[in-house]
Amino acid sequence: MSKRSDPGPQAAPQAGDQQPGVLGRLAGGFRDAGLSALVAAGLFVPMVGLVTNMGPDGLRLRFRIGGALVVVALVFVGRLVMLSWRARPRSEAVRDNRALAERLKRAGRYIAPALLVSAALLPFTDSRYYVDLGTLVLTYVMLGWGLNIVVGLAGLLDLGYVAFYAVGAYSYALIAQTFGLGFWVCLPLAGLLAACWGVMLGFPVLRLRGDYLAIVTLAFGEIIRVVITNWVSLTNGPNGITDIPRPTLFGLTFSMEGGPGTFAGFFGIEPTTTQRVIFLYYVIFGLALLTNWVTLRLRRLPQGRAWEALREDEVACRSLGINVTTTKLTAFATGALFGGFAGAFFATRQAFISPESFTFIESATVLAIVVLGGLGSQLGVALAALIMVGGLELLRGLLSWLGDQMHNPVFLGIASELPLYRMLIFGLALVVMMVLRPRGLVSGRTPSVSLGEPHEIAAELVAQGRGA
Amino acid sequence: MTEALLTVTGLTMRFGGLKAVDELCFEARRGDITAVIGPNGAGKTTVFNCITGFYRPTSGSLALAHADGRRFPLEHMPGHRIASRAKVARTFQNIRLFAGMTVLENLLVAQHNTLMAATGFGVLAVLGIGRYRAAERAAIDKARFWLDATGLTGRADEPAGALPYGAQRRLEVARAMCIDPVLLCLDEPAAGLNPRESEDLNKLLLRIRGDGCSLLLIEHDMGVVMRISDHIVVLDHGKKISDGTPAEVRADPAVIAAYLGEGDEDEVAAEAVAS
Repeated sequence: MSKRSDPGPQAAPQAGDQQPGVLGRLAGGFRDAGLSALVAAGLFVPMVGLVTNMGPDGLRLRFRIGGALVVVALVFVGRLVMLSWRARPRSEAVRDNRALAERLKRAGRYIAPALLVSAALLPFTDSRYYVDLGTLVLTYVMLGWGLNIVVGLAGLLDLGYVAFYAVGAYSYALIAQTFGLGFWVCLPLAGLLAACWGVMLGFPVLRLRGDYLAIVTLAFGEIIRVVITNWVSLTNGPNGITDIPRPTLFGLTFSMEGGPGTFAGFFGIEPTTTQRVIFLYYVIFGLALLTNWVTLRLRRLPQGRAWEALREDEVACRSLGINVTTTKLTAFATGALFGGFAGAFFATRQAFISPESFTFIESATVLAIVVLGGLGSQLGVALAALIMVGGLELLRGLLSWLGDQMHNPVFLGIASELPLYRMLIFGLALVVMMVLRPRGLVSGRTPSVSLGEPHEIAAELVAQGRGA
Repeated sequence: MTEALLTVTGLTMRFGGLKAVDELCFEARRGDITAVIGPNGAGKTTVFNCITGFYRPTSGSLALAHADGRRFPLEHMPGHRIASRAKVARTFQNIRLFAGMTVLENLLVAQHNTLMAATGFGVLAVLGIGRYRAAERAAIDKARFWLDATGLTGRADEPAGALPYGAQRRLEVARAMCIDPVLLCLDEPAAGLNPRESEDLNKLLLRIRGDGCSLLLIEHDMGVVMRISDHIVVLDHGKKISDGTPAEVRADPAVIAAYLGEGDEDEVAAEAVAS
């Protein structure tokens, strides 16, 4: 927490000359931890230690010093642990780091297949909660992979990705309701319409880079949402669209009647609500895998290489005869296509959409997934989506369970509030993660082609596409 | 071979009130190495940027004639077309490689247009249909040829950003050659090279000329310029002050005045010209 670069003896063990004794270092450590605790006390005594209650005669202040003390003690101990960890000789730390990186790399080879298998087997847990959560996670994995094409590969910072998600969702809902078409016919249409919007967004922003590009894409995302909200005759405005058709399996519906033409009726089994949930799960699983497959293919094709070259150096691209305009537009269009697919899926899953679902926070979440996962890394994005969406949900469960366990009066008031700290803990975890791994969870880049054995390219060499 | 490849007529480039290039006329002949030299700030790189489409000239014309008689008005063409259609390749004063991509990938990006033509608008190749595989093999073979020519074969799978400086310079030349240029424009290719590397570069450039590609060269290293150029154009303050063979330029009093008279910091150049 205290991010001062402390000149104390523990913070930077210089080689040789003035190494203080163990006692001195211990005293220094305690002083440092004490200071951190002091700062924490300044912060948390008002934040945690004071509670306002609505009484009969207005607001009343109540003290909860116990809770604040717990937090301060945690900071003190945490700082001590951090210092002792940092006090190790540098060579040892470097060696540990290398060994860890090596182990991670070896483990990495198994993570992707393991994730794939567990994702495929998840519905067999037969838990509605986990399948629903899995569907949500996979939606974000797909969105992350789609945005990864624009941000990770082509290096174009897009803060309005939710626009394509919205276009996909509304395209599906409107086409399906107006023309009475099914999900599988509308899905490609929704994707194509979103891709068209991707190109339309692409044109005005072709000449922009970095921050300017980000601002315009942000505006685009908002424009789409505002238009949807206000174009009441078409979109029914803030009330949203209801009764969006559900998807079918080769014409078999998942209705609860169980008659002929339904899934249950065809296979002669009892109709249950989980059947549709599981079907939807496999639909998004397939769509996400399609996104991944196409992206991996494209990376090895000239188009994908041109995207990455564009991220590395736009000027050099132009000097090699690459049409920078079409390269950017195809990146936007391809990213938008998958955003549109995900949107159509979202609409059919919810059966109800309204502009509420397409706010900036969605764009921010998806972008955070891509950045946290590591720009351009497919595995990283999947892991980040799992952590950001699945982890957050599981954290809520964990916190309310913890809250239930706290019977001690010291925790009075905290226990019931504990689940509310979810976002705080989560934000902190994100900050820590980005400090430890500034280029994302999986930061290296795998070459798309090689003469011999391909080697991972260190993240430091790979450009982040902020414009030249 | 004395036919003109590139004819520059009345080229003027203004930045606001500053005239960086002023009514410049010169010719680069097919099969020649033409060097553009001059003190710092003489407008050499501006001329290059006009030729390769990074700047649109204020006035003047840049006509490129291919051997088969096709003519390209470079001043009207968008930047990427100058490389893909007119086949003018360039390197940069500050090396511009795709640092996070491997050496081989750099050379394949340079063959983007050839490869794209084989992908069936990108759709067929994604599905694995068509002749993309063969096209990629051919592209890799061409890349391998230039890797051998520049001595980078052993480092093909290393990231370009991790190469030593001299190797990065060579890779930039190799990458430019992968677009099959008729005119290769090199912006200070020998800058920062040691004498040995510089000698290797001379050999490489002569070999490229031998293979039928003409070169246009900006260079401060007079050792390189005098030894390999067939033709030298000297600029000062955006104007041409001399034009001719190395021997003629060396003897030109205007050139000596431009280099010595102004006390330019470029002492190597001054000595070389004066000697």
